[in-house]
Amino acid sequence: MRDYIIRRLLLIAPIMLGVSFLTYATFNIIPGDAAVLTCQFNCTPETLHDIRHELGLDQPFYEQYGNWLGGIFQGDFGKSFFGGLPVTTELGRRLPVTGELMIMTMFFALILGIPPGVLSAIRPGTVVDWIARFTSVLWLSVPSFYLGILIIAFGVIWFGWTPPQFGVRGTVSFFHDPWLNLQTFFFPAIVLAVGISAVIMRLTRSSMLEVMRNDYIRTAWSKGLRERTVVWRHALKNALIPVTTIIGLQIGALIGGAVIIESVFKLNGVGVYVLEAILRRDLLVVQSMVLIFAATYVLANLLVDLGYAWLDPRIRYG
Amino acid sequence: MAREVAVPLELEEERPERGRPLRRILLLARQHPLGVFGLLCVGLLFFCGLFAEVISPYDWNDIDFAHAKEAPSFAHPFGTDRLGRDVLSRTIFGARISLLVGLVAVTFGITVGTFFGVISGYFGKFVDSVIQRCVDVVLAFPPIVLLLAIITVIGDEDSAVRKFLANSTPMPEGTFLGVPVFLDIFVIAVGIGIAVSVGTARVVRGAVLAIKENVYIEAARAMGASDARIMRKHIFPNVAALVVVLGSVFLPIAILAEAAISFLGVGVPDPTPSWGADLTGPNREDALRGVWWPVFFPGLALSLVVLGFNLLGDAFRDISDPRLRGGLGGGSGPPRGGL
Repeated sequence: MRDYIIRRLLLIAPIMLGVSFLTYATFNIIPGDAAVLTCQFNCTPETLHDIRHELGLDQPFYEQYGNWLGGIFQGDFGKSFFGGLPVTTELGRRLPVTGELMIMTMFFALILGIPPGVLSAIRPGTVVDWIARFTSVLWLSVPSFYLGILIIAFGVIWFGWTPPQFGVRGTVSFFHDPWLNLQTFFFPAIVLAVGISAVIMRLTRSSMLEVMRNDYIRTAWSKGLRERTVVWRHALKNALIPVTTIIGLQIGALIGGAVIIESVFKLNGVGVYVLEAILRRDLLVVQSMVLIFAATYVLANLLVDLGYAWLDPRIRYG
Repeated sequence: MAREVAVPLELEEERPERGRPLRRILLLARQHPLGVFGLLCVGLLFFCGLFAEVISPYDWNDIDFAHAKEAPSFAHPFGTDRLGRDVLSRTIFGARISLLVGLVAVTFGITVGTFFGVISGYFGKFVDSVIQRCVDVVLAFPPIVLLLAIITVIGDEDSAVRKFLANSTPMPEGTFLGVPVFLDIFVIAVGIGIAVSVGTARVVRGAVLAIKENVYIEAARAMGASDARIMRKHIFPNVAALVVVLGSVFLPIAILAEAAISFLGVGVPDPTPSWGADLTGPNREDALRGVWWPVFFPGLALSLVVLGFNLLGDAFRDISDPRLRGGLGGGSGPPRGGL
C-alpha cells in the first residue's frame, strides 16, 4: 500500500508538469499584447516598454515559463493585468465560497443519490424503482444552468423570492450568519447536486443489483437476517466501492459546474473569477486558475484512487 | 423469445408476422415506451434542424418592437422576446445551431481521435507512450475548464486556428445555412471536437490493443502488408462500430457543451439563436421581471433533446444487454421458489 501511494505520487509530478506547460503554451500562443491591454489609454512607447519589462514580457519564452512556474512553487500565482490584484488575494476571498458550494453539493448529491439507488435496486420493477429511474434520467438531462435560471425566475414570479446577493463582498460566512449563509448556498448546491446524484444513483443501483446476486447475500438471507441488515450491512458496503470511483470522476463535473452555477446565482466564487478573466482576456489569471483547477482535479482523483485501494482489500496494486 | 428457430419453408406462409420487421419494431416499441419517446425527441431535433426555415412561422431575427415581450398566444405560441422576435422560431432555429455544432464537433473529434487512437494502439511502445501521456495531460483538466481554455485560445478574433479555418478550408464566408457568421460556429465546434478527440483516442486505443493480437493481423503482416494498410484495412473496420457508438454518445455531450459555453458568454455570439445563449443576458433579466418564455422554451428544447438521447441510449442498452435490466435476478427478499 505504501509503495502504491509513493508510486502514484511520483506519477503525479510529470503529469502536473505537462499540465503546467500545456496551460502556459496554450495561453501564450494567443496573439495580442498583454502590455497594450494593460496600459489602456495612456499608451506611449515608453510606458509600453516599462510595462513589458515589469510583466517580464521582454524575456524569452522559456524564461517566462520558468518564472511563472517558480512563482507558483513559492505561492505566487501572478497578478491580474487589470487592477494588478494578485491572484492569491482573490483566491483567499473566493475559495471559501466555492469550497462551501462544492462541499454542500457533494453532500446533497450523496443524499439524493445513494438511498434512491438502493431502494430502486431492492425493489426492481416496482413503482419506486420506476420513479427513481425516471427522475434520475430526468436530472441527468436537465442542464444545471437551465434549472438554476428556472428556480431564480419562478422564485421571483411566484414567491417574490430572490437568492441573497452580496456583490463584490463575496458572501456571508456560515459562522457569522448561518441562516443567511444556507439561504445563499442551498439552491446552487441542490441544482448542481441533482445532476451528480443522478449519476451516483444509477451506479449505486446497478452495483447493488450485482451485489445482491452474490452467494454471501444468499447466506445472509438463509441465516434469517432481517432485510435491513442484509441490505445495509452486507450488500451496501460492497456496492458502494465502485461508487467511490465515480465520485472522483464527478469532481471534474463539480469544478466545471461550479463555474456555471456561480455565474447563474451570481456567487462571487472562483468560477466567476475565471469567467470574468476569460471575458476580459486577463490571460495570466486564466492561466493560473486553469492550472489550479487541473491540480485540484488530479489530486482529488488521486485521493479517490487511494481510498479505493483502502476500502477494497481485494484490490492489490503490485 | 426464440426467434431463430429453424422454420421449415412451407410453414413460413402460415405465420407471416414472425419475421416481419415492422411487427418486430412495434413489439420493441411496446416494451420500451421511453425509448420511443427518446427517439421522438431526437427525431424532432433532426427534423427542426433540417427544415428550420420551412417550419418556423417567422424569421428568427424579425425584430418587431410593437410586439415585444408578448406572452404566448396563437400568433406567437412561445411568445416574443424583448425585441419582438418570435421565440418559437428562435427555438426551432436553435435546433439547427445545436445540431451543426454537435455534428461538426463529433465528426472532427471522432476522426482525429480515431486516427491517433489507432496509431497509438497499433505501434505501441514509444509512440503509444507519447500519445497516451499527452492524453493524460489533457484529461487532467476538468471538462468545462478545458473547453473554456480551448475556446479562449482559438475563439480569439485573430487566432491562428481561426485564420487557418477561414483561409485554408473550404469554409463558406458569411451566411451559410442561415447562420450569420458561420465561421464563429465552426470554430466553437472544432474546440468541442478537440475535447471529444481526446476521449475517443483513449477508448479506440484500448480496442486496438485487443484487435492487434488477432491472428489475421499476423497473417496480413506475413503476407507483406504495410503498417498503413493493416491499420486501414484490418484494424479500422474492426473499430468502426465502436467509433459510431462513441459518436452517438458524444453527440448529446457536444450539444450540451455548446449550450454551456454559449450560456457562459464565450460561445455562439449574440444574434444567432443558440439555446444556451438565449438563457442568459437580457433574456435572463427579463425572466426575473416575469417574462419567462424567452428562457423557458429554448431551455426546455435543450433538456428534451438531451433527455431524448439519454432515454434512447438506455433503451438500446436494455435491448442489447437484457442482463442489465432491472427485473431479472436482482431484487431483495429471501429467494422465493420459482422467482
